[in-house]
Amino acid sequence: MAKFDLQEVKRQIVESQAWQSIFRHGYEDTPRNRILMVSGNIWLHLHPSKVQRHATRLRFTWCMGGITFLLFLVTVITGIYLMFYYRPTAEYAYADMKYLEFDMPFGMLMRNMHRWAAHGMVIAVWLHMFRVFMTGSYKPPREFNWVVGVILLVLTLLLSFTGYLLPWDQLSIWAVTVGSNMARATPLLGHEGPFHEVLGVNPIYDARAFLFGGSEIGPHTLLRFYILHCIFFPLLASLFMAVHFWRIRRDGISGPL
Amino acid sequence: MADPTGGNVPSMKMQAAGGGAAARSAPKPAPAAGGKRIEVPIKKAGSGIEDKLHTWPFLVRSEFLMSVAVIVILAVWSLTINAPLEGPANTTRTPNPSKAPWYFLGLQEMLVFFDPWYAGVVLPSFVIVGLMLIPYLDINPKGNGYYTFRERKYEILTFLLGFQVLWVSFIIIGTFFRGPGWNWFWPGQVWDPHLVESLTNVDLPYLFGFRDYTASALFGLSCIVAYFVVGYVLFYMWVRARPANDPWSSFPGGGKELLEHWGPVRFGITGFLFLAMIGVLVKMALRHALNIKYIMVTPWINI
Repeated sequence: MAKFDLQEVKRQIVESQAWQSIFRHGYEDTPRNRILMVSGNIWLHLHPSKVQRHATRLRFTWCMGGITFLLFLVTVITGIYLMFYYRPTAEYAYADMKYLEFDMPFGMLMRNMHRWAAHGMVIAVWLHMFRVFMTGSYKPPREFNWVVGVILLVLTLLLSFTGYLLPWDQLSIWAVTVGSNMARATPLLGHEGPFHEVLGVNPIYDARAFLFGGSEIGPHTLLRFYILHCIFFPLLASLFMAVHFWRIRRDGISGPL
Repeated sequence: MADPTGGNVPSMKMQAAGGGAAARSAPKPAPAAGGKRIEVPIKKAGSGIEDKLHTWPFLVRSEFLMSVAVIVILAVWSLTINAPLEGPANTTRTPNPSKAPWYFLGLQEMLVFFDPWYAGVVLPSFVIVGLMLIPYLDINPKGNGYYTFRERKYEILTFLLGFQVLWVSFIIIGTFFRGPGWNWFWPGQVWDPHLVESLTNVDLPYLFGFRDYTASALFGLSCIVAYFVVGYVLFYMWVRARPANDPWSSFPGGGKELLEHWGPVRFGITGFLFLAMIGVLVKMALRHALNIKYIMVTPWINI
């Protein structure tokens, strides 16, 4: 009986057609492999295969852009989990929150991670913006990527704000009421705003009613915010993130010349 | 080992060959004359002295470690602190205070000093548009890609005023110092929902003796116009008086040269945004010192 040779088994697997159709290069630490590791991997390909030395230094980058993206991914994954158990209707939303917290396996943990990651994302975005300002990284040729970044900052706040309503408890409904009431003061478009009479807007037909789906916060608002939170803003944010990352990839990380 | 790509990656091979020396020990690049890192700006053409590392493993490694750290912190945090969930939503029971989500509390704090159309709509729009315009208003070529204070101290001070002093500190005030009726409560002080603060605010024209509506409105309007005119003049004089041959400035000709490069449009927009930001502080000071409610009162808008 032939002796069992682990190395031989490994060689046969690694050199098989199936293996090589999936993994195109080995793991040896060679300069060529280091580049293939990045360029041959769709996820890592977000990076150039070589970066400037200071790009790897934490005290230069603070890692805050990456952390923002990571927290976004965390909210996507935990958010999908929460969506399985949540119905965005006024009758069920609050009960589903309780159900999620007390009956679903890991429900409370998923909700906690979703919420804290969302708060963390807001802070990380601000710190990222702060760092980019302090290193002057918005200067040419990266002006427009700063603009995209400001759009992403607004989208982050809107994502967080629309999600705030969904638990449908006292905290969420009144916080969103306070925030959204500003819309009725919009000049021209809000029924309490300056010059509202020019366009003839009224409490059931103005900027806030458009946001709420009615003259006050209610079931329609819940559905609206749910769709904005789970579909519209994540899609929009993903699009702008793609632009944001692509521009960094094109222009390279900023640094002293 | 077999090469499934069939050597079909010439550009990468060239990169690999070029970066081969940097592979394992990641040494400093071949030193330029004098052995010191060149500080003179050299454009990309001089790629022979590029100081680059392989993304794998150097960048990917720190990203991975940072991701693990963030996930661990987030998980521990989430295991120990539960997300809040209060009683079911009830549109007929308004809690006092009703606070916006914490990241908007700076704007809610602005409602103390301004009407909602300004505090909640126009002012945030200025903030967003102003942030977007920063790269186009700041023409200082220095400080691009490295930390420096001296080379761009006014940009940094303005940003710190807007971001740290105004935005962040108002959030802290809104979160920790505002209780029922949006009255001021120190941390630890009992929130008394029946606390009555006498409102003794007056409008600025009233303080100056105006009793007629039209005259009051015109006086208020002229105050605001005067604020911006004087502000612009002072801003222009200050910029114009920047000394020549400042070693940290990009414009050896001083304020005159800066204004030539800046142009009237950039100067005008910068001045407006800056004065609008300072205007918030002015209004706050007037409220706290003189109990001024509005500066201008008209049938349409109050400021």
